[in-house]
Amino acid sequence: MPEMTYRDAINLALKEEMRRDSSVVTWGEDVALYEGSFKVTRGLLAEFGEERVKDTPISENTIIGVAIGAAMGGLRPVAELMTVNFALLAMDQIVNHMSKIRYMFGGQTFLPMVIRAPGGGGSQLAAQHSQSLETFFMHCPGMYVAMPTTPADAKGLLKTAIRDNNPVMFLEHELLYNSKGEVPEDPEFLIPFGKANVIRAGSDVTIVAYSRMTALALEAAIELERESISCEVVDLRTLTPLDTETFISSARKTGRAVVVEECWHSAGLGGDIAWRIHNACFETLLVPVARVSGLDVPMPYSRKLEKLCIPQVSSIIQAVRSVLSGASQG
Amino acid sequence: MEVRLRAVLADKELIRLYRQMVLSREFEDACAEQYTKGNITGFLHLYTGQEAVAVGATAALGRDDYILSAYREHAQAIVRGAEPRRVMAELFGKATGMCKGKGGSMHLFDPELSFMGGYAIVGGQLPIAVGLALSAVQRGENRITACFFGDGAVNQGTFHESLNWARLWELPVLFICENNFYGIGTEMHRSSALASIHKRTCGYDIPSEKVDGMDVIAVLRAIRHAADKVREEQRPYFVEAVTYRFRGHSMSDPAKYRSAAEHEMWKARDPIPSFAKRLIEEVIVTESELAEIRKECSEEVSEAVRFAEESPWPEDDEVYEDVYV
Repeated sequence: MPEMTYRDAINLALKEEMRRDSSVVTWGEDVALYEGSFKVTRGLLAEFGEERVKDTPISENTIIGVAIGAAMGGLRPVAELMTVNFALLAMDQIVNHMSKIRYMFGGQTFLPMVIRAPGGGGSQLAAQHSQSLETFFMHCPGMYVAMPTTPADAKGLLKTAIRDNNPVMFLEHELLYNSKGEVPEDPEFLIPFGKANVIRAGSDVTIVAYSRMTALALEAAIELERESISCEVVDLRTLTPLDTETFISSARKTGRAVVVEECWHSAGLGGDIAWRIHNACFETLLVPVARVSGLDVPMPYSRKLEKLCIPQVSSIIQAVRSVLSGASQG
Repeated sequence: MEVRLRAVLADKELIRLYRQMVLSREFEDACAEQYTKGNITGFLHLYTGQEAVAVGATAALGRDDYILSAYREHAQAIVRGAEPRRVMAELFGKATGMCKGKGGSMHLFDPELSFMGGYAIVGGQLPIAVGLALSAVQRGENRITACFFGDGAVNQGTFHESLNWARLWELPVLFICENNFYGIGTEMHRSSALASIHKRTCGYDIPSEKVDGMDVIAVLRAIRHAADKVREEQRPYFVEAVTYRFRGHSMSDPAKYRSAAEHEMWKARDPIPSFAKRLIEEVIVTESELAEIRKECSEEVSEAVRFAEESPWPEDDEVYEDVYV
């Protein structure tokens, strides 16, 4: 299996799906000639031409609205939002339109479309360019939310997203673009939605995470292993549909769980996951579920302060130790 | 000088326009009655007074052309071919409704009629119309997209973004603004630096014109011309139809912000009797034939109400259907 970056895996998924199906088209700010602000769409314009790979005005709400109309008309658009922060300008089309159109029109249409958006913090981009907004989308029925961690998952989940007949928010992490991993070459390599991945087996504590937080959780697990603490890491892969079964059965087995989320703590998805574990495993849990979350502040610029706001390997280790000592935090 | 009706359409078609306007009016009157009885609930925005726009415009479009509208869209759906009874059942929230009772008054939809929806966020349908036009071009379909919206939409970002986009990508979108002068209770000149809507399109290099929206033939001719241009040139075009709603914004609005004199002035321009007068003057129909049409429309609407009343409510399980494919 060839090794490639998360960025190249996404690029390959786009190319494979565009080769496979001529109704797959893509547009966004600077995706064509400039090849994407994160260079994810490199080579697409050259291979597929202006008809299918388009630069757009800086009009986020309309980037999504046009994708909705195009999907309704029979295309399979992949719209790129330059960063997930700009999705807030498109929330009317995403939430009021995209997620509701099938339902409010009585199932008479469907929207086979994907919104790709990089996000997350950690690059000192300050308050307006460092957000983790996954809970916003997860809160709203009528769309799927995928957040890949590994390059292989990025490829397999994006291909599934493009072939799916529902609208998908495909949230990429900016700090994962250069991460490397083995990626299957098979053009039919697909990862189903709603199937979490036990990315590391263990017996003492379950760590539930997604996207870059899974990568940090794995690092924490490797360090804790030196102290003979065995962590099971569950990578959610998709937040909607949410595979509750996998993390619940893991928590039932280990009796302890830590949820790691990059988003803000208040009303964060970790609260929902912790509730599901408490509800399903009340008798078998040894301690309450712990949460490791982003701090409830707008992201500061200074690297010293920014680090305090995003979960770190050390904060995950600390949370694991706390549940093992019988006390939970957060 | 007014054009001779027979120079525009055959007698049968002219009579059909009259019938559609009457049917729309009767339907809306029945909606008001059913609302006061509590059979229709939620928001209800009636089209009364604006009939010439939907009827004239729809007659000028092709059967495959996409149509999108806002939330005052009962008449647009019916004129396009939706059965009044299925629209009424939708308003009642019944299982036999056009959208199985899930959309209601503001969200009518029927892809078989290329009626691509009523949308209830002001200006929300404009980018979707642009996307539908793009899909038609890329799929090699010879259909244009007609997008209706009200004067209230012209100060939304999507209005400006969509006009710019449609011109930039050269897409066959016909923008039709139904200017009834009021966004709920705020008159156009109190919300807009430039109240002359059709002049705004110069910023996007889109040709535009203004038409009397109380004259069904004027609307038909304007939209016919505009649709031809859109189809031939594969570029957007913009029509502002000046019209007036005889009722408030919705059923909860007594429209106290409008003077009686203004209201009377527009009532005198009611598109239905004025068109009837022309049909009779040009010896296309007799008054008794028109009376017969009115009776038939009234009966059709009564039948629609009866159908809606007698239709079953949706099953509880239906609540989970159609969230995902």
